[in-house]
Amino acid sequence: MSAKDKILYFIWLHRTGLTVGALGLVLGFYPLFQDNPYFLGISNLIGIYLIVTIGLNLFIGYAGQISLGHAGFVALGAYGSAILTADLGWNPWLALIIVALLVGLAALLVGIPTLRLSGHYLAMATLGFNIVIYTILIQWDKITGGPSGFAGIPPLSVFGMPIDDELRFHYVIWPLAIIFLTLALNLVRSGLGLGLAALAQNETAASALGIKVSRAKIQVFVLSAVLASVGGSLFAHCFTFVNPHSFSIFTSLELVTMVVIGGLGSVWGSLFGTALIVLMPEYLEFFETYKDIIHGLILVVVLTVFPQGLISGLRDMARLKILQRRDIAQH
Amino acid sequence: MLSIDHLTKHFGGLPALNDVSFDCPAGRITTLIGPNGAGKSTLINCVTGVLVPDKGSVRLEGTEIGREPSYRIPYHGIARTFQNLALFPRLSVLENVLSGLTVEAETGFLKSIFRPPATRNHERRLRLKAMEMLDRFVLAGKADWPVGELSYGDRKRVEMARALVSGPRILFLDEPVAGLNAEESAAIGEEICRLRNLGLTILLVEHDMDLVMAVSDGIVVLDSGELIAQGSPEEIRHNPKVIEAYLGRMSVTA
Repeated sequence: MSAKDKILYFIWLHRTGLTVGALGLVLGFYPLFQDNPYFLGISNLIGIYLIVTIGLNLFIGYAGQISLGHAGFVALGAYGSAILTADLGWNPWLALIIVALLVGLAALLVGIPTLRLSGHYLAMATLGFNIVIYTILIQWDKITGGPSGFAGIPPLSVFGMPIDDELRFHYVIWPLAIIFLTLALNLVRSGLGLGLAALAQNETAASALGIKVSRAKIQVFVLSAVLASVGGSLFAHCFTFVNPHSFSIFTSLELVTMVVIGGLGSVWGSLFGTALIVLMPEYLEFFETYKDIIHGLILVVVLTVFPQGLISGLRDMARLKILQRRDIAQH
Repeated sequence: MLSIDHLTKHFGGLPALNDVSFDCPAGRITTLIGPNGAGKSTLINCVTGVLVPDKGSVRLEGTEIGREPSYRIPYHGIARTFQNLALFPRLSVLENVLSGLTVEAETGFLKSIFRPPATRNHERRLRLKAMEMLDRFVLAGKADWPVGELSYGDRKRVEMARALVSGPRILFLDEPVAGLNAEESAAIGEEICRLRNLGLTILLVEHDMDLVMAVSDGIVVLDSGELIAQGSPEEIRHNPKVIEAYLGRMSVTA
């Protein structure tokens, strides 16, 4: 092997680690070039959503299930943190962890009956879950503040320093998002990840190979709910105000759109899809007004051309081209 | 090795299997034949935990496995292939074969998300094992191909490789040569005999009589859920009941 080959091989072997490192570097220096709090606020929002969509992609993209109710778990995280910190004076980080564990438990209880369903039935059941949570947030106004929302949530703090502006929040949210991204990348490359991909494509075969299908589905559902809850808690502390409308079924649809457009079964696709959906209204003014129509349109177009989503579709296409070229070269 | 005793399974009153008993002796190829609807698939499904038998038992060296769920079966050293290929089309050939090593894979959650060096090394060993199996089935050049892009013959071989990679003691082959040409069938036939010579116990379900007569040590014949005959290929070939079940029916439909 020549020196060039060695370097290329090293890059190929460590492609995931290097990409994560590069992303970390770019985001680490981003505030030096962009100190406008408005733009930092947008990238922070991408980071928050990313934590949610990474989990949702494990459930939808890898395990091949569907959830139209994940905004419900985000809501539980956000309101859980709000209540524990603002009303009961807990430390925000402790609250974030405890709430995430409780939401995980709630997801376990919701998941055991609902994950026996699949396809449309699962979609309806999760949608129903979201509607129940939303209704509770609106109706139980003594605790949640009702339709007008919950204000006065304290910001996060790190070593006594309050994380109360966009710049500081940037350096909290992105390291967390990158850690979750890395853990998700590890998970999908492990035997557990292979098992999820297998059960998504053929449950009978997966089961015959020793994968306990029902348990694996519940595990990944709980994991995605925990990540959604963490995203929700961070959302609450970032804006110090939450309101039920942020967690309606339309938010769930938006989350699914992020996952699907970016790419089913691609952790990087989640980053792309999330960034795209968060950024679009910022750059296209009419987008805000016709948001739902445009979401639907994008979804239809992307899924017609790339049923696996944009990043996954392009990745699979490139991979096949390379393999075919290699095959021709050999014969 | 594997004994099936008084196995019975009804579907809404219709008997799919009625009091079927036979043994699969260790290191032998036992072949299950019978016309369509005879109950062959039901039997395989009862033995592999896909269906729960109504009555009777399936014992592996004395241990009852007939009521174990499907995902427990591979832990007893039993592997299977499916009648109409059950591969994971979007996964690569290597990943499909790796999935056959699920029983050995690291599935702990924390180890999966942190991937400590020990876990990575373990995964590397499993990958090497899968690559060896690909070599044996002349699939190594296709390791990175998505299975969905392969020819039917290649897919059949991927499924065999996936079933064998874990080094099972017992192998169930559900119509392994269906849809293959004569040359490919002969190659699979040779592979099946080779596996038997390596000591595997094989339960084969097959319609291709050339293959059945060539490889079987013992044949079990089912018809409408009943066991109507069992014996050596020579005995079965001349058994009047079998001739009636097969030829009698064939002459009516022909």
